[in-house]
Amino acid sequence: MSVFDFFKKKPSSSNTAKSRLQLALVSDRTGCSPEIMEKIKNDIIDVLRKYIEIDLDGLDINIQTKNENGELTGPTLLANIPIKELKRHER
Amino acid sequence: MGEVIVVTSGKGGVGKTTTTANVGTGLAKLDKKVVLIDTDIGLRNLDVVLGLENRIVYNLVDVIEGNCRIKQALIKDKRYPNLYLLPSAQTRDKSAVTPEEMKLLCEQLKGEFDYIIMDCPAGIEQGFKNAIAGADRALVVTTPEVSAVRDADRIIGLLEANEMKKTELIVNRLRIDMVNRGDMMSSDDVVEILAIDLIGIVPDDEKIVVSTNNGEPLVGDESLAGQAYMNICRRICGEDVPFLDLNAKKGFFARLFKKN
Repeated sequence: MSVFDFFKKKPSSSNTAKSRLQLALVSDRTGCSPEIMEKIKNDIIDVLRKYIEIDLDGLDINIQTKNENGELTGPTLLANIPIKELKRHER
Repeated sequence: MGEVIVVTSGKGGVGKTTTTANVGTGLAKLDKKVVLIDTDIGLRNLDVVLGLENRIVYNLVDVIEGNCRIKQALIKDKRYPNLYLLPSAQTRDKSAVTPEEMKLLCEQLKGEFDYIIMDCPAGIEQGFKNAIAGADRALVVTTPEVSAVRDADRIIGLLEANEMKKTELIVNRLRIDMVNRGDMMSSDDVVEILAIDLIGIVPDDEKIVVSTNNGEPLVGDESLAGQAYMNICRRICGEDVPFLDLNAKKGFFARLFKKN
């Protein structure tokens, strides 16, 4: 920890409350529990594995209600899946 | 024809009964003919908040079961000639009433009153279904806390599924000092999360406790909560009323300068 970290502002507890709520409500509203998300994730992995080799550690799948500009959108499934190698088709 | 309004929240203890008592009394002060119905069967509360607990003869279940006529069960508030209460039964449970019976009761009262206001029990079971059955409009009460907002979201979803025509939000017990410090979600935060129309912001006010102790709703007095409740009543009647500036200083000098 450097001296400068000392002056860094902690995120306010109201912001923490807001972001925690937004995440909880996404799964409440879509009826999509963490267990179901896990199943979706595993199924996606199984499908992709047929064609490409993916980096499981870097994999991130979640539902978001905001786009990258922070604007509200409908619930969107966002998957970030790093590819290790494209499998070559035998000719 | 009268309008049936249900006051609901999901979570308990956020101020549904206090809101019902104050909004009902406020509308009566605005010369509307109002009846308040306590639909929390087995946990009667609205009568004590209104200071009418000693005058109960018949209750909601008596009316539903035909033990008395509606008029016999209505308690007239002596302070406000336009205000009536239909109290809940204390010794029965929620299964004593069905949503169909509540709907019928609302239809009968609509001819007689300008506003029929239902105090809904906490939860999402039978009691909630009874309370919303005949309603045209819902006021969802929440406090700026994660648990209350989450439950409010669930309630809003259920109201939508039941095709409620109008659903509006009341943010209750807001502490502006904590909001300014970043230790409480603001009403804007709550509205952004729940994405419904805001009809009122009621500040946390010690005077509410005092008014409940005395059984006298404080709507319309000079306190911030009293003003906030009266503003909600005016908005219910369709008036366009700006939201209170909760940051306004109450100090002597601030008041002196404001008046000039």
